[in-house]
Amino acid sequence: MTLSQRLKETDWIDVILWLFRAVIIILIVVGIVRKLFFGAGVAYSTKDWLDFITSGLSQGGLYALIALGYTMVYGVLFMINFAHGEFFMSGAMTSAILVGATLDSTGFLDSQPLISIILLIFVSVLTSMVVALLTERIAYRPLRRAPRLVPLITAIGASFFWQNLFRGFFGSAVKPYPVPESLEGRVNIMGFDFLKVRIVVLIASIIALIALYLFVQKTRTGKAIRAVAEDKDVATLMGIDVDRTIAITFAVGAFMAGIAAVLWGMTFKQVNFTMGFVPGIKAFTAAVLGGIGSIPGAALGGFFLGLIEAVGPPLILEGLNLPGVHQLKDVIAFTLLVLVLIFRPQGILGEKMAEKKA
Amino acid sequence: MQTQQWRKAIRIGLLTGVVVLLTCMVGMVETFNARDLIVGVLTLGQVLLFAPALYAGYLATGNDATRKPVSALLRGIVTGLCVALPVIGLIVVATVWPDIRKYFVNISPALLKILTFDQGAVTGSLMLAAVMAGMAALGALLHVIPLRFRRPLIISLAVTFGFSLFSDIPLNIANQFLERTVVRNYFGTKGITPIAAIIVFTLSLVVALYWEFSGREARVHRQATITPAQRSRNRTIVTVISAVVLLLLPWIIGQYISNVVDQVLTFALMALGLNIVVGFAGLLDLGYVAFFAIGAYVTALMTSSGNLGMGQSFWVAVPVAVAASTLAGIILGVPVLRLRGDYLAIVTLGFGEIIRVLVVSDLLKPYIGGAQGITQVERPSIFGYDIISPQAFYYLLLAGVLLALYISSRLRDGRAGRRWMALREDEDVAEAMGIHLVNSKLMAFAIGAALAGLAGAIFASRIASVFPNSFNLLISINVLAIIIVGGLGSLPGVILGAFVLVGLPELLREFEEYRLLMYGVLLIVMMLVRPEGLWPSAVRRRELHAEGEIAEHEGIQPEPVQPLM
Amino acid sequence: MTNILEATDVTKRFGGLVAVNQLSFAIPKGSIVSIIGPNGAGKTTFFNCITGFYQIDEGDIVFDGHSIKGKSPDQITRQGIARTYQNIRLFSNMSAIENILVGMEPRLTSRWFGPLFRLPQTRIEEEKALVEANELLNFVGLRGKGDNLARNLPYGDQRRLEIARALAGGPKLLLLDEPTAGMNPRETAETTEFIRNLRDKVGITVLLIEHDMRVVMGISEDITVLDYGEKIAGGTPAEIQRNTRVIEAYLGRGAAGSAHLQLNQQTETEA
Repeated sequence: MTLSQRLKETDWIDVILWLFRAVIIILIVVGIVRKLFFGAGVAYSTKDWLDFITSGLSQGGLYALIALGYTMVYGVLFMINFAHGEFFMSGAMTSAILVGATLDSTGFLDSQPLISIILLIFVSVLTSMVVALLTERIAYRPLRRAPRLVPLITAIGASFFWQNLFRGFFGSAVKPYPVPESLEGRVNIMGFDFLKVRIVVLIASIIALIALYLFVQKTRTGKAIRAVAEDKDVATLMGIDVDRTIAITFAVGAFMAGIAAVLWGMTFKQVNFTMGFVPGIKAFTAAVLGGIGSIPGAALGGFFLGLIEAVGPPLILEGLNLPGVHQLKDVIAFTLLVLVLIFRPQGILGEKMAEKKA
Repeated sequence: MQTQQWRKAIRIGLLTGVVVLLTCMVGMVETFNARDLIVGVLTLGQVLLFAPALYAGYLATGNDATRKPVSALLRGIVTGLCVALPVIGLIVVATVWPDIRKYFVNISPALLKILTFDQGAVTGSLMLAAVMAGMAALGALLHVIPLRFRRPLIISLAVTFGFSLFSDIPLNIANQFLERTVVRNYFGTKGITPIAAIIVFTLSLVVALYWEFSGREARVHRQATITPAQRSRNRTIVTVISAVVLLLLPWIIGQYISNVVDQVLTFALMALGLNIVVGFAGLLDLGYVAFFAIGAYVTALMTSSGNLGMGQSFWVAVPVAVAASTLAGIILGVPVLRLRGDYLAIVTLGFGEIIRVLVVSDLLKPYIGGAQGITQVERPSIFGYDIISPQAFYYLLLAGVLLALYISSRLRDGRAGRRWMALREDEDVAEAMGIHLVNSKLMAFAIGAALAGLAGAIFASRIASVFPNSFNLLISINVLAIIIVGGLGSLPGVILGAFVLVGLPELLREFEEYRLLMYGVLLIVMMLVRPEGLWPSAVRRRELHAEGEIAEHEGIQPEPVQPLM
Repeated sequence: MTNILEATDVTKRFGGLVAVNQLSFAIPKGSIVSIIGPNGAGKTTFFNCITGFYQIDEGDIVFDGHSIKGKSPDQITRQGIARTYQNIRLFSNMSAIENILVGMEPRLTSRWFGPLFRLPQTRIEEEKALVEANELLNFVGLRGKGDNLARNLPYGDQRRLEIARALAGGPKLLLLDEPTAGMNPRETAETTEFIRNLRDKVGITVLLIEHDMRVVMGISEDITVLDYGEKIAGGTPAEIQRNTRVIEAYLGRGAAGSAHLQLNQQTETEA
């Protein structure tokens, strides 16, 4: 084949995609090299880098917890539950305002931190689950046989509805999230100082992730969820109540979001009715990164995203001599999302689902 | 059968009650109570509080009410009591535990006053229950009225409500032509006077009754006997009249309403663009605001007389702005258009966010002004006449919308429209028919982006400045809601949607806070009840409904209707 | 006679499963050729490989002198291969005539700005396309049904409309995936006659997947038998009927469906 023929037959879209890829890779490599070998930007100490990494991982644990909801719902319904971020927000707002404020003002929070946290988690999880089940029942279930765009649109509607309903309930001001005194400050592990909250959140999220994995793998309900994800019709034939299983899937996803909500609140110490949107998209990014539909994938994707977000700006963007890199944290996450969807839609662990064709 | 009906009444009542409770808890009732509909008689808050009971009563009873009016009445009363129940619960809780306000900010003493008619908790609750029961009973008894009277009655009630709700429009028109003192007799500062209400109600009732009893038949008869020549002449007349009305409109409605209409047209222009992307080609784009922003920023940068601008004329800037957003559409489109529908939605959302973050970042601040935006954007001028007033911008926007309508309808009816429809139906088969998927989608994406860019260009010069805050995700959602509520793929639907979703909230300032809440509810309710939109395109209707269902959706028509297709 | 399509050593795998294995296959220009085989033998997969819906893993497919390996479905259609589907896949919410107009895509040349500026050539092309689409509609026996929505047509008409849509692009090679599935004997006979006419009068080469042995034996000049993705036999109808491997493949496994029964009957009556 001659060169001119080959040129004529190359899809110009492929060419653009290759250029795109090349530019991104060059930017990343240049950024890292300049940062590490030529000392571009601020000079960070080892302690700073460790802080970046731990905060990234603990942030990643939160993403992972939220991402599970996306991944599980996608697994059973093949739909992106756009409102999932609001499940998370509802838990955080309700636990902070209805319980947290009282716990804090009575001093119970500091005297009994463990019981307080359990109480907060209980309220948060309960709210998230109620919100999730209502959303599923009203906005999704009646539309299960509708064209694909339809449930996505109701999901967007549900998202705005919940956001503004909670705004109406609790007001639009930013409210504090109570943190027990024992979680403030730093802790020394193996000669290094870490923020206590970050470490606790990291451990808690890992425990929750393992618990969920065991739940889905070992219990009857978990098996039903997997059966429905595999094939709804066959699951029905096997005597599984598909509607109920789907509702349970939503509830389980919301359960994890509820836990994440409390941990998030303790990390950032404040809540607001808009707080669900960005974590929602980022957790979705995490789910896609790991391969949507895969539970270990969501966990992996979450940690990966958290780490990249924390380390990316100082490592890559500062190396490129960009001003105000920490403002660009969100750009990294979204760019990652776009890149993954374009170049590796199956994610790290998942099957190829984003593209229609095999 | 009997118990079933009672259960239905209780279920509908309680559900409605919960909805009313929610509207109280988010503060809508209190906010809207400040808005008079009929001065001294009725506020919007009262309608919000009691109209649901009326509707619940109507829903809970069926056509058997004519046969058993007493049973219907009783069921209506039970429904009303059920509606009142959750609200009374709220009154009790708030009275016993006033601290609840610390948690739910909108459960205020003022709200309690409204709910209890300022009569204290016990008497007030009883009164509330009585009024709710009465409203629901009225709703139930509506069934007793024969349809030929019921329909005109409901219509004229609705007209009166609409007239008083949007009294700003007639008020502004009246102010243009009438003496202040005369106008005062009919309009309050907000809402209309009782006399005006009675006049409007009577007039609309007369017209509706006339239509019901002879107008409809006369029209059916006329349509059956009309000749093609007459029909085309009629069409010409209609066209001429609408053209004249469109041209004179800003001078009839005055400056304030013109400004609202300008806002509506800006969104209509964007919505027509997004309609090509979502409605025709079936690609859900949630980052659409990015193209609007690019159009606005390019125009601002080119025409601003500030230190960031280049001081060019508006007419030079517009083609560049449109070209820039089209190019952006192509560049963004190429990588993402291979993705399946829902992934496309998220990626475009991500793109929109990237643009938003970049615009406010320090990175681009030296070039586009960061959060301070760009000010001193030049106004366009034509033949030495400066376009500054809302009335003047109306014509510019109208031209834009007409252009978009023309482009949309030509493309829809041509080869491109067929391709989009085919790939919306079945991508694989469309590809096997020789359709290049990415190119076809890209075309829709680019044209949509171009129209958004045009809207952005006009927007920038109308506002005379651009700020990053004007270009957030909510704009995308707003535009999406417009085309969904209006009817995906339907051109008149999109215009109607823009008027409903942009015009109404602009006129009802009290709505502003609850706009997004209403959008959320609207998106869900529309998808559940009427996915084809308010003014559906023929295609959509047949996609979303089986044949038989369509007749049902044409409203309450007892006469056997001709199948539409 | 030259071959319009030549497939050499085509292999398609799905994970560990080899759906089509080292298949070599040729279609002489102007012939009617059939592929038969038990369910799951890889017939439709092979169709999907030819039309570019699947990318083949090994081998090559040459159509009309050009390799079509790695081409996308729309490119391949534009080169002159059209197909129908086993389970009818019309654009069900579009009218019959619109379906055919979409099928004409490979032959249309107007650009997006054509309708915007009301260019005369665009208008002429659209008018001509409409006339031709109506002719095609009449040709397949759907006169006057152009405005019906595809999904409202009776089953037999839908099959015919699908063929009309495939013909609209002016293909050189037509792939028919079980065109008589679900038809009664009279309709089947009509369709068989129709396919023969296509070749004789219009000059289109036809590749057929079919379970009904009466149809296959009646009109094919050449038959290829697939089993487990491999070619187990090939030749004229008479040769295939005598081939023991074919009979084994059908009878030995007790293949589902009516295929082996019909084959059996056919063999008996003709023997």
